[in-house]
Amino acid sequence: MLKIQNLHASVEDKTIIKGLDLEVKPGEVHAIMGPNGAGKSTLGYVLSGRDGYEVNEGTATFNNQDLLDMDVEERAQSGLFLAFQYPVEIPGVSNMEFMKESVNAIREKQGKESLTAAEFLKKAKEACKQVQLPLAFLKRGVNEGFSGGEKKRNEIMQMILLQPTLAILDESDSGLDVDALQVVADGVNSQRDGERSFIVVTHYQRLLDYIKPDFVHILADGKIVKSGDASLAQEVEKNGYAFLGKKYEESEV
Amino acid sequence: MSEQSEQIDRALERKYDAGFYSDIESETFENGLDESVIRRISAMKNEPEWMLDWRLKAYHAWLEMDEPEWAHVHYPKIDFQAVSYYSAPKSMKDKPQSLDEVDPELLRTYEKLGIPLHEQEMLAGVAVDAVFDSVSVVTTFRSKLEEAGVIFCPISEAIQKYPELVKKYIGSVVPRSDNFYAALNCAVFTDGSFVYIPKGVRCPMELSTYFRINQENTGQFERTLIVAEEGSYVSYLEGCTAPQRDENQLHAAVVELVAMDDAQIKYSTVQNWYPGDENGKGGIYNFVTKRGICHTNAKISWTQVETGSAVTWKYPSCILKGDNSVGEFYSVALTRGRQQADTGTKMIHIGKNTRSTIISKGISAGRSNNAYRGLVSMGPKADGARNFTECDSLLIGDTCGAHTFPYIESRNPTAIVEHEATTSKVSDDQLFLCQQRGMDPEKAVSMIVNGFCKEVFKELPMEFAVEAGKLLEISLEGSVG
Repeated sequence: MLKIQNLHASVEDKTIIKGLDLEVKPGEVHAIMGPNGAGKSTLGYVLSGRDGYEVNEGTATFNNQDLLDMDVEERAQSGLFLAFQYPVEIPGVSNMEFMKESVNAIREKQGKESLTAAEFLKKAKEACKQVQLPLAFLKRGVNEGFSGGEKKRNEIMQMILLQPTLAILDESDSGLDVDALQVVADGVNSQRDGERSFIVVTHYQRLLDYIKPDFVHILADGKIVKSGDASLAQEVEKNGYAFLGKKYEESEV
Repeated sequence: MSEQSEQIDRALERKYDAGFYSDIESETFENGLDESVIRRISAMKNEPEWMLDWRLKAYHAWLEMDEPEWAHVHYPKIDFQAVSYYSAPKSMKDKPQSLDEVDPELLRTYEKLGIPLHEQEMLAGVAVDAVFDSVSVVTTFRSKLEEAGVIFCPISEAIQKYPELVKKYIGSVVPRSDNFYAALNCAVFTDGSFVYIPKGVRCPMELSTYFRINQENTGQFERTLIVAEEGSYVSYLEGCTAPQRDENQLHAAVVELVAMDDAQIKYSTVQNWYPGDENGKGGIYNFVTKRGICHTNAKISWTQVETGSAVTWKYPSCILKGDNSVGEFYSVALTRGRQQADTGTKMIHIGKNTRSTIISKGISAGRSNNAYRGLVSMGPKADGARNFTECDSLLIGDTCGAHTFPYIESRNPTAIVEHEATTSKVSDDQLFLCQQRGMDPEKAVSMIVNGFCKEVFKELPMEFAVEAGKLLEISLEGSVG
């Protein structure tokens, strides 16, 4: 599904990703962990095509298409979803309107008919309940005045509605209490169907207690330096990133 | 029965007849302005002596006045002697004979707005005569108004049929020598609308210039007068969301509203005159004076969506004369390309416990400049008066400008004036979020801008609000990237 080879990418002329390889097959959950500044968030932005994130070398294909050649919205329309670490507010645009536009933009590209207002409302209500947000959130401006936890749940709600084939969760656990963490994890787990894939970017092992990864990768200095199964995450939890060398000994986990 | 209401009654017995216009010879005046031009305009309109006198007085006042230069707009000096002050409707054979001959770009826009074919023809100036007369909706519309006793006709017709009413109110809110452009309008206005709502009547429908036939060539120096008698209500819609073609570059309109005790006037405008090409060439200069007076407990609401014209100079205002009267101003002004807008309002609080609300949303894109200019004045007798002003600017890109010039005068210690202002940008973060959710950038910007304008759009009549949203979307095309 996703195949990244020797990826090098920079932001404002500073190279952040320095030769990254990763392959994600349908149905797999990959966790990416690593110390601060390793390039975890950058990876999500590069894959989703954000302006200012330059790919200098390497390839990335998504469902056998050249991902790097596509516009941001084309990547989204072909099934790539990014749950933001810091979701931005759009004042005056209701969550409902925003998500309806979004769902229909993607359906249109997939050759499906637009949902009617009633059809969409039904789906939106279900998704809203699933992430345990009050229905009033559908009418509120996108992320407008939401708490940190509400914003993260709102991202998961969008994921549920958009049904992507690959979802990249950028620290969707940061700043969440245990209950909210459970909600976010349940939302993700409900979407695991053996076909849909996930890249879970996280700083802490904690989230991986709720979302069981098939693979754990340690990202450091722009490269994947170690890969393993779920036990690798526990090892990091216990011993920190000391194994990466002196530079990371003090790195907080 | 007063002379005034007799006039009205007489008028109501008469069937609407537009034949008056057919008397006008097809003629376009040579360029230039002097007394003889004004006499000719007046004569062509078959005006009574007092109307001509009034025009001439305005003309002489205008001669003594200077063109205002305080606005934050720049344009080449207008040579007022190089303008023709009367141009007759183009003859049928000079017009495009069908939509095939009309600029395809214009048609594309009409299509996007979902404008029916026969209306497209009218807007584009295709030679289809009186297409509206045959439409049954207009007929129904007219009989409904007559039943309610509402007068809604061209102002030139009102001068003939209801001279006492016109004489009493014309210039009563915007005096002849109010400002340079208003004085010019008083001297040379060619037509416009007249509305009269009798005491206690709630006008049974939204009145719209759109429905008024024969409005061709009233655009340049348009004059509108709306009088709402005690306890009456009217909602008036001016303009249309479709881009309007006009050969005249200089526009100077005057609108006067009179709201008697307990009356309410809601005046909504969508202005979409040609803004000029990307260098600002050929666009309309729009210098408008709009003002209303509120008597006791009366209320006037101005709602405007301004997307057109190369230069806009416009400050719909309220004189809150009566105690407890209310003035409102809701505005969305969008500029792009080389457009310049200097717009806002004046709220003049005279009576006790008068209240005013100002919500202004300015959106600038391209290399445009957008200024809000507003005055809130609390007079010495305006005990307990209140104003709330919110003035928000949204920038798209980094070559445009937003400016705010709020003026506050308070001569009453019990009056309260609040002013809030924000400036924001359509951020890269917002755009990226929308695109990551599958939307193309243009759709994303128009959605963000519509959200920004929501407070104003909700004041527009329902249908208009939907159209206004679409209009912004079209106006913003090409402003991203």
